[in-house]
Amino acid sequence: MPRVIADADLFEFTLALADDALVLGHRLSEWSGRGPSLEEDIALSNLGLDLVGQARLFYTYAGELDGNGRDEDDLAYFRNADGYRNLLIVELEPGDFALTIVRQFLYAAFLHPYFAALCRSTDARLAAIAAKAVKEMAYHLRHSSEWLIRLGDGTPESHRRAVEALDLLWGYTGEMFEPTTAEQRVVAAGIAPDRTQIRQPWTTTVDAVLAEATLQRPAQRGMQSGGRHGRHTEGLDRMLAEMQVLARQHPGAKW
Amino acid sequence: MVADAPHETTDIEVARAYAAAAAVLDPEIPVLNLVDLGVLRRVERRSGSIVVSLSPTYTGCPATAAIQLAVACALIDAGIAGARTELVLSPAWTTDDITAAGRAKLKAYGIAPPGKGSPAMLFADEQVACPHCGSWQTSRISQFGSTPCKAQWRCDQCREPFDYFKCHR
Repeated sequence: MPRVIADADLFEFTLALADDALVLGHRLSEWSGRGPSLEEDIALSNLGLDLVGQARLFYTYAGELDGNGRDEDDLAYFRNADGYRNLLIVELEPGDFALTIVRQFLYAAFLHPYFAALCRSTDARLAAIAAKAVKEMAYHLRHSSEWLIRLGDGTPESHRRAVEALDLLWGYTGEMFEPTTAEQRVVAAGIAPDRTQIRQPWTTTVDAVLAEATLQRPAQRGMQSGGRHGRHTEGLDRMLAEMQVLARQHPGAKW
Repeated sequence: MVADAPHETTDIEVARAYAAAAAVLDPEIPVLNLVDLGVLRRVERRSGSIVVSLSPTYTGCPATAAIQLAVACALIDAGIAGARTELVLSPAWTTDDITAAGRAKLKAYGIAPPGKGSPAMLFADEQVACPHCGSWQTSRISQFGSTPCKAQWRCDQCREPFDYFKCHR
């Protein structure tokens, strides 16, 4: 018999999913007009668009659960960095193309199986959003895998950059598998998948693609975390400042 | 899922609303109407007013808002007062919802229609026929294109580039 879950817990959980999607979607949009080729410029913008679309669905639902009349725009534009609940890996500044690709790969390799599991949620709304999003994440995983193999198994320079990006990002992967205490209650109620269970399929995908890309898994070391509790890197402040400025200077503006 | 065409309805206004919504064209691929595309899920009367249910294609597709607006305008043009549109997520739209007529229109427009069957494996490419010459000797340029639903391909036979409406299931 599934336990009854507090709306506050479900709100926290849904908000975190929304924040992950919006922040990474915005990071990808920063490549628009700056991609290394026209095709890649379009591809990164498309990936960003998928994530912003997913964020909107999660925010809208979070706003309903919150019950204070906040809509998707209120949640996206009128919270400061310490109110954001996203994983640190999605907020890091885009860096070079290798970092963008390695991040997309490490994250999509997690989110694809995670959304596949969320499709079986007892919460019909989350299951419906996941059923749409999982198909999009399959493209993200495929695209970033192809590029990672090309970079890792490419020139000495592209290999060097892929190694550096992997080394930098690896310390941020642990947080993907850490549920908050609110999320643990949502898991116990049968609404959310247990993210610790995603480590095994994630590792399988990561190892397979890294092998193909002639890259090594970085050595195990301490992992960064704190995003789920509002402890962020400085880069998120700058990103939000740019993303939120219009909405904050002209609240409620319509055009 | 096929939209519930209200053939049997005795509610004339529902039938007129359905006809008006069904005639709306996709803003990005203006040879497809909403029935061809498979996004018009249902038209019904709920506590007095007409509700048109639409399914978004990709979650981030900006055409979704344009389609909702176009349907609202079409309903006003048809003289139907107090109607509204709503988005339904479940069951999720797939390219299998594009009708046979829709597929034929895509091909005639120069867009290779989506394949039916299992989605692409991680590293396996789909077989796509050139919409211009029909050759299967084609290759993928990029899995992303001018809209979320399309990929860029080229024909190795007639040398023409073309859009492929990605299989999405």
